[in-house]
Amino acid sequence: MLGEGIVKGLAETARNFLGSYVSKDRLTTVQYPEERLPQIEAARNFPFLVYDGEDWQQGMRCVSCLICEKECPPKCISIEKSKDKKLDASGKPQFYPTVFNIDVSVCMSCQICVEVCPFDAIKMDVDFELSTKDRFGDLLWNKERLSKSNEYYRKIHPTEAAAVDAQLAEERAKLEAKSKLAAEAKAAAAAAPAQSASGVTAEK
Amino acid sequence: MTPETIDRIFIIWKHWLLSYAPAGVQPLFSALLSVVPVLAVFPLLFAITTVLERKGLGRIQNRYGPNRVGPYGFFQPIADGVKSLTKEDVVPRTADQVVHFLAPLLLVAAAFLAYAVLPVGRNMVVANLNAGVLFFFAVGSLVELAVFMAGWSSRNKYSLLGAMRAIAQMISYEVPLVLASVVVIMAAGSLSTVTIVNMQASYTGIWPHWFVFTPWGFVGFVLFMIAATAEANRSPFDLPEGESEIVAGYYIEYSGFKFALFFLGEYLGMFATSGMAITLFLGGWAAPFSFLTWVPSYFWFFAKLLVLIAGFIWVRGTLPRLRMDQLMNFAWKFMLPMTLLNIFVAGAWHFMAAGSVRWLVCAVLIFAPSVLLALGLEKGKKKIAARTYRFAE
Repeated sequence: MLGEGIVKGLAETARNFLGSYVSKDRLTTVQYPEERLPQIEAARNFPFLVYDGEDWQQGMRCVSCLICEKECPPKCISIEKSKDKKLDASGKPQFYPTVFNIDVSVCMSCQICVEVCPFDAIKMDVDFELSTKDRFGDLLWNKERLSKSNEYYRKIHPTEAAAVDAQLAEERAKLEAKSKLAAEAKAAAAAAPAQSASGVTAEK
Repeated sequence: MTPETIDRIFIIWKHWLLSYAPAGVQPLFSALLSVVPVLAVFPLLFAITTVLERKGLGRIQNRYGPNRVGPYGFFQPIADGVKSLTKEDVVPRTADQVVHFLAPLLLVAAAFLAYAVLPVGRNMVVANLNAGVLFFFAVGSLVELAVFMAGWSSRNKYSLLGAMRAIAQMISYEVPLVLASVVVIMAAGSLSTVTIVNMQASYTGIWPHWFVFTPWGFVGFVLFMIAATAEANRSPFDLPEGESEIVAGYYIEYSGFKFALFFLGEYLGMFATSGMAITLFLGGWAAPFSFLTWVPSYFWFFAKLLVLIAGFIWVRGTLPRLRMDQLMNFAWKFMLPMTLLNIFVAGAWHFMAAGSVRWLVCAVLIFAPSVLLALGLEKGKKKIAARTYRFAE
């Protein structure tokens, strides 16, 4: 029968039209600035620099090895390495970046910098509202703006951060054990020459 | 104020304003006072319709539609207007500059001219021509010229294709459009829109004498509305601008306010043909029941117009675009025979005695051929069989 399908279609659209006023479930639109979906844990957008402790300059994990700068496909990272060394959060003297800039407008959120970093110093942030009115000043983020605490990292990526923390703690423990062993060996070595010297003389 | 005064309020105001003009310029001033409201009200209706349409389509697709500018998004047309006014007006270097410029103006002018014969209320018509219906269709066909001017002058293959499609479609559907209204002219015995409405503005009991409540009137109305949809280039007959095929059809090379003018012209054309359908079949400004005649006549005209616009939006939200051959087949193999038959039925209705026999005979005379014609449309169609994958066994 001619027009049967048309009538069916009209009924369907009428149902949609009226239904959208009756049941809220039909409207799947999330009205963004006012409403937001909960952030999923795997979300990532733009890298940030992790620091331990309270002071971002003291606790910065980055040792300015320049690997991320070299690996970055769009070349949006620029680092200047320091001449001197300073003590990092674990008390070890390390180089540090005097300048660490990332260009927001160039970054393509590929996460390669994060994957190549041997020090777990750079991680992906979830903040996606980076638009700004100043296209020259506000789009080049400096070291200070990029720095975010390890607590923040734990908050946005709990699972990942826990794994990183565990690994770092293990490394730190190993290092401490090693340095302890080394210290003991040193102490033993310091004590030994006298003994051996006396032994040798005794043999002779 | 009595209901009569409210009904006549615009006429009273006009005469009051007119009394201030010197006698020499009174005819001119009178014409101006009739035309300016039309130029103000219908573009306003266009603005309201765009936002209603976007919201309606949104709801049909389970979206919100525009809801950011002003309360419930109802200031959206103002934002759109500002946007189209501040946009750059790009004209192709190889375009025919003069024709390219004139096309949107002609379209809007032609659309506005059609309102001259629409009675929007009791004694409220710009010009009561005694060949009003004829004038309406004559002016309506100017739109085709404007569309072709736009398509030709743009020097773009898509706009030319769109214009060709538009011409083919509009000429094909103009035939059933005019023939569908012939039945009303036969019944009313007049080409004057005012006379046609006056004939429908009487009641039996509470029921009005609208032409749509007769078998030939109902079929005529349905056919008229289908043809009007095609004339207005609206979905499902929006092939001339089919975005997915020829980008935007004949107005691909128009930007900024010229594009807005095309948009305006298209909607004005839609309102005008809807207004004509109301005048011819739905009793014009007449109230739907005898006990509602105290409501001002212009209210009924615009209420009916809004109902028809809602119908247009509903259909647009439902039906996909036709193919060119389907469009043409439908026009020439279904619409045209049905309108011709309808004229015959209207004649039969006129010469038969009133009663249920007349209803039965006319209903059968319409229903049986429509089924046959529908079968005829189906006949050439290839049945789509389930696809078989030989290589995937």
